Amino acid sequence: MRTSVCDLVIVGVGGQGVIMISDVIGRAAVMAGIPVCGAETHGMAQRGGSVINHTRIGCRFSPMVASGGADVLLALEPVEALRFAHFLSPKGVVLVNTRPVLPSTVTCGQAEYPPLQDILAPLKARCNKVIAMDAIALAERAGTAQAMNVVMLGALAGYIPLSEELILQSLSLVVPQRFLEANKKAFALGKAEVE
Amino acid sequence: MYPNGYQSEEAIILILKRWLFVREYLLGNAAIARGLLEAGVGLVAGYPGTPSSEIIETLVNLKGERPPHVEWSVNEKVALEVAAGASWTGRRAAATMKHVGLNVAADPFMTLAYLGVGAGLVVICADDPYCHSSQNEQDSRRYAQFAGIPCLDPKNPEEAKEMAVFAFELSEKFNIPVMLRPTTRVSHAREDVEIGAAAARGGQCRFIKNPARRVALPIHARPLHSELLAKQAAIEEALESAPWNRLALHGNVGIIASGIAGLYAEEAALELDEDLSFLCIGAYPLPTKLISRMLEHVSRVMVIEELEPVVEEQVQMLARKVNPNVEILGKAGFIPRDGELDYLQVRNAIARMLGKAERETLQNPAVSILPPRPPSLCAGCSHRATYYAMRKVFGKNAIYPSDIGCYTMAVGMGTVDTCLCMGSSITLASGIRFGGENEGICCSLGDSTFLHGGMTGLLNAAYNKARITVTILDNSTTAMTGHQPNPGTGMTATGEATVQVSIEALAKALGAGLVETVDPYHLDDTLESFQRAKDYPGLSVIIARQPCVIKARRSNARSKPFQVGEECKGCKICIDFGCPAIEFENDKARINALCSGCGVCAAICPASAISEVAK
Repeated sequence: MRTSVCDLVIVGVGGQGVIMISDVIGRAAVMAGIPVCGAETHGMAQRGGSVINHTRIGCRFSPMVASGGADVLLALEPVEALRFAHFLSPKGVVLVNTRPVLPSTVTCGQAEYPPLQDILAPLKARCNKVIAMDAIALAERAGTAQAMNVVMLGALAGYIPLSEELILQSLSLVVPQRFLEANKKAFALGKAEVE
Repeated sequence: MYPNGYQSEEAIILILKRWLFVREYLLGNAAIARGLLEAGVGLVAGYPGTPSSEIIETLVNLKGERPPHVEWSVNEKVALEVAAGASWTGRRAAATMKHVGLNVAADPFMTLAYLGVGAGLVVICADDPYCHSSQNEQDSRRYAQFAGIPCLDPKNPEEAKEMAVFAFELSEKFNIPVMLRPTTRVSHAREDVEIGAAAARGGQCRFIKNPARRVALPIHARPLHSELLAKQAAIEEALESAPWNRLALHGNVGIIASGIAGLYAEEAALELDEDLSFLCIGAYPLPTKLISRMLEHVSRVMVIEELEPVVEEQVQMLARKVNPNVEILGKAGFIPRDGELDYLQVRNAIARMLGKAERETLQNPAVSILPPRPPSLCAGCSHRATYYAMRKVFGKNAIYPSDIGCYTMAVGMGTVDTCLCMGSSITLASGIRFGGENEGICCSLGDSTFLHGGMTGLLNAAYNKARITVTILDNSTTAMTGHQPNPGTGMTATGEATVQVSIEALAKALGAGLVETVDPYHLDDTLESFQRAKDYPGLSVIIARQPCVIKARRSNARSKPFQVGEECKGCKICIDFGCPAIEFENDKARINALCSGCGVCAAICPASAISEVAK
């Protein structure tokens, strides 16, 4: 028996805007009157480390998505998608930004960054669908590479039980007014990418 | 409509119920801050520490509604004593800290249980099972039990907010401080939380003299101890009916769960479709009547709690009296005593008890190709430059006691040999010297850590003639926990200008013989200073001062980035320096967009291949 309407795992690297995505979704769920909870990483994990956020829409239990339980894995960075792939439900969907952020272990030559196809293949093998996109390029097209996370939010919008209108309304509460137009454009470009 | 188009009747009823109230999506710590406002708190004092820091940060950002006094204290002991003073003056007061901070505040904590409160006094102590960002995972429920102080253990942000309000009422009713103990998964969870109105704070308050209850002389302490023991039963009685201890008797198999473990267990019972009896516990001292009713009802019970078997031990003791035949499962073989619980662990423990199939914990599909991404010092972090110079002068045989802060992440640089607790670098260094170590000893700690717990250690080192070098990594903030101000910054928690304490003057006053200040971005000067400190025949202090790069970036104090020229020989000396802005590609170094322009790599490059990007 399902214990949550929709379970999301949002991953990336500190500073990419993982928490912002969950904040927008959470506020939109509150506006819709749907119970929502989430769990995030602070402190140590933020200094260039991996960041993971759990968001559960329509759920009144713990804020943590179980291993094998995520309906959607939204990854702002390809290696991070793979690092947290064990959260995916076999029926789940992966939305992944293909632009890598090299970890310090790679830049100083201790480890190698795997080629994109080696990241996507194991993801494809264990879930329903993988949609990969260059969200940085799309965000640049919208006016600012900073809006990469909002491109990914746009791609996510069709996969969560919240109306686009509410998500955009929530976005306008979170993003400063002067960046709102670029962010709305980024959102639309991300959405178009999965349609 | 949705990939998993599902909406239970229950969810729809919840939606209708919640529509009537104002709800906000709040971080657990923000919900606690909200609770403090709704309780009409007059003073909040704390020391930053993950996962507790956002409680005070939320309050200082609420300009209009902010309590009359909110402060970052110098340490947790100070915070609790300041809060106690306000409580004794008739103001509701709270002290915030992380679990290890309570060790620092343990002295006032234990005796405040005897002396009692004026207005309500709440100690908010955030635990960190799994050590997400801590040096240990001690269970503060044990502290509360030890002190005889009631403890409220929330399962989620909404409960944390409600408990924050209730804690003051409980404190005043029983004349005792109350502990609110969120864990990381409550403090750093987000949830839709119902918002109420901020309460009024009352008018003029006064300290009323009452030596019998404020002066812990033996003659006063003895009867106060008896009183503390005597009131335990009354507190327990009052908490039996608190909404956070919930008993629901169904089948003859039961679950007793505390805090967030109750949520995992309830979810598991639903998924497994089992009609289990439940006792969820959120308040201590434990509700012995409710536990007894559970034990009388069931033939088998599992106790599920994170960390210590606080509940389980009492359940075992009660069962001997109430129902010696009941089978009690828990820490032995089912629920780990270390680390953080998760849904699958709890679900599988329950399934195993019921003889049902366990769900496999999935392994990562391609873990071998994943490059590790450990947290590290930022590009341009001055700590890296300081440690580079320190290591260069003191060498690989020297001993490098270190401390708690961002710089602990530099453990790979070979300049972090110890990390024990706040301020311990100086005292461990002294002990290592007195213990007989003859190599050079150069310890390091941050400005906030020095002011928190390092000053007494420096005084002790001077007084007892320790021949060591103490390096204060002064980035003029408390960086690791989110850049809170400290007494060295000239600014209070609420952004008011205040006295800016001179670390140089402090170090001299505490008895250091040689005190020098350097800018770690100036490598040559820093090397020379470390050399003088190394040669100094007594206690030397180097203050390596350069603002945190994250703060500098936020205040737009940017420098021009650097680049690698044709002269690069690919020797990798700059790569070994470990700055994330330097990459290695096609046998040459390359500087990426993370460069903050500190210029230290240019100083260490033997080929002089690194230079500032021309305008």
